Amino acid sequence: MTTDSTFRTEMIDAREAPDQSRGVIGWFRANLFNGPINSIVSIVVIVLLARLVWPFLEWAIIDADWIGTTRDACTGDGACWVFISARFESIIYGFYPEAARWRVDIVFALLAILVAWLAVPKMSRKKWVALFTLTGFPIIAFFLLVGGSFGLEYVPTRAWGGLMLTLTIAVVGIVGSLPLGIILALGRRSKMPFVKGICVIFIEFWRGVPLITVLFMASVMLPLFVPGELDFDKLLRALIGIMFFWSAYMAEVIRSGLQAIGKGQNEAGQALGLSYWQRTGLIILPQALKMVIPGIVNTFIALFKDTSLVLIIGLFDLLAIIRAGLTDSNWLGFSTEGYVFAAAVYWIFCFSMSRYSQYIERRLNTGHKR
Amino acid sequence: MLRPSTTLPRRGRGPLWRNPAIRALIVQAVLFLVLAAFVGYLVHNTLLNLEARGIHTGFGFLEGRAGFAIPQTLIEYTSDSTYGKTFVIGLLNTLLVSALGIVAATIIGFMVGIARLSPNWLLARLATIYVEAFRNIPLLVQILFWYYAVLRALPSPRQSLSLFDAFFFNVRGMVMPDPQPLDGFAATPWALLIAVVGAILFGLFAKRRQARTGQALPVYWIGAALVIGLPLIVFLLTGSPLEWTLPELTGFNFRGGINILPELLALWLALSIYTAAFIAEIVRSGILSVSHGQTEAARSLSLPEAITLRKIVIPQAMRVIVPQMTSQYLNLIKNSSLATAIGYPDLVAVFAGTTLNQTGQAIEIIAMTMAVYLVISLTVSFLMNLYNARTLLKER
Repeated sequence: MTTDSTFRTEMIDAREAPDQSRGVIGWFRANLFNGPINSIVSIVVIVLLARLVWPFLEWAIIDADWIGTTRDACTGDGACWVFISARFESIIYGFYPEAARWRVDIVFALLAILVAWLAVPKMSRKKWVALFTLTGFPIIAFFLLVGGSFGLEYVPTRAWGGLMLTLTIAVVGIVGSLPLGIILALGRRSKMPFVKGICVIFIEFWRGVPLITVLFMASVMLPLFVPGELDFDKLLRALIGIMFFWSAYMAEVIRSGLQAIGKGQNEAGQALGLSYWQRTGLIILPQALKMVIPGIVNTFIALFKDTSLVLIIGLFDLLAIIRAGLTDSNWLGFSTEGYVFAAAVYWIFCFSMSRYSQYIERRLNTGHKR
Repeated sequence: MLRPSTTLPRRGRGPLWRNPAIRALIVQAVLFLVLAAFVGYLVHNTLLNLEARGIHTGFGFLEGRAGFAIPQTLIEYTSDSTYGKTFVIGLLNTLLVSALGIVAATIIGFMVGIARLSPNWLLARLATIYVEAFRNIPLLVQILFWYYAVLRALPSPRQSLSLFDAFFFNVRGMVMPDPQPLDGFAATPWALLIAVVGAILFGLFAKRRQARTGQALPVYWIGAALVIGLPLIVFLLTGSPLEWTLPELTGFNFRGGINILPELLALWLALSIYTAAFIAEIVRSGILSVSHGQTEAARSLSLPEAITLRKIVIPQAMRVIVPQMTSQYLNLIKNSSLATAIGYPDLVAVFAGTTLNQTGQAIEIIAMTMAVYLVISLTVSFLMNLYNARTLLKER
């Protein structure tokens, strides 16, 4: 065979891509400066970030004061986080008596364990843990937080406050609205006209009005509904309003899941001679609820954010405690620190919940991707 | 050979409670009785309580003299006006901030939503940060932040921050020039009305013509030219009969110009920024929901990019976007009731707040307030259902 053949006998080694489309420069060219318009946009964004984000970081971290207990510690140009650290205990526990705060710790540690158990997909016996979270846990939490029995000191709900109250409202709202929402969603799909009508009216009513008016109603109208001598706890009234309000939203989320279940599932259950509750509880609901977990978590996020509204009817949740601190005459003029801190706390909770819901969505949603 | 089975249950046999129809009736009857008893119990308690507290029910209180001032009134109002008037004032203020919020939230939301899909890495990230930051912070925190940490921290009127020497920002809000119509200004709004009607008619004509002949007319350009051009020409022909009174600093405050309350500004900012984060996500998911095959098909028909976007992607994306968007608009209207936290005189703050405290007519006032929001919600849902039915995927 001659060597000067028209054909090569071996492959040429792949050449590296040109310098300009490789490495850091290549990435910048492909993502930031591919074309005149994009280059301008990139520069504008960089300038904007430099003008907005940098001063904020400077204020919040670099120039900030962190250590101290009184206002005198605030000497720098930046934020004075001493305002937060000086009243950290009350931000967490509100006016809960110091000697009894271990009860709050226990309740929320237990809650954290239960939530983690339910959230991590690998854990087993989810059904029983979920059942316990919805039934046993609220009872334990009630006796621990309220006290007055088993030798525990009674703590009136007036003394509850701070993050502890925010979490209590959120958890009661979630635990209460989910079962109520399931019942309403089933009722709305019922073939009995009266049941269906009641559920439709109930759902559309709560979905049509703002939560504020519901809370107002709970605080001024509910006392009129019960016999005069009955003392109706303010927190309990708010909780009832919040529960009804969110159960309507929950019902619509669950209904969308019920609608997505094929008719054949129900019919197969009928063919096996299962009763309505057997079909619903063993076939339809497990599938439907699993499908709408992201929607349920999104409702939880909305509920969590809206717990802040209770400050308007005079309960001292996280936001209200911080606000009350702002009116302290020793600490005037720290509203930016106060609200930024409140925003950060709410943000951490909501953002982690929303990441979790996206993660679940991805897990449940294999094979439908474009 | 077939024999009828003797074990099969026949209709009308067996105990009554096994019959599904009768069972349904019994269930509903029991539910009805329980509910009726419960409602009756509540009504009974309420009547007793009202009697014990000496509250007279009825809507007669609406005629009474209000006796308190409201800082922002879109129509004539004095403290001598009736409680009924406070209802109207509050409602108008709610509608004002909702309308402003809807416009701003839509604009910001669309921009951010499209920016999230931008090929520019920085811009897309910035938009993502915007969405994730603002939708995960409670609206109330945002309202309080804008009000107390930003707007209340502005300087006093004498050291106002000024923009073009026409807009001034200070602790009392924003002062802006006030347009004063002179004689002959009335012609301009009429011209605008005629132009809008003309543009709509022209659009209908162009559509029909295209259906008949296949030829398209530049509807958007002609329509825009008509709506902007005609009022402008009339305005100039009548000799520009509009005068702007510029705000002037006299002593400790501004005279002239329109003063916009800091409460309104804070509420508006917070509502728009918060709702825009949700609208951005809706816009993004709407655009992503249009199957890639659609754009590929358009490209293989060699349609230009702009036409593909306008005639293929947007109409299909809109089917996803509009229903969710309306529910965001409804949320915004309902959320505007948070005004009461900073004292913007909206329906809840004025009517369910001050008026309720003064008259003590809790049931009537809460019912009226809720009815307003319910009517708005139900009307919009009804219109939405009509829209959905119209734009439903036509499957043959």
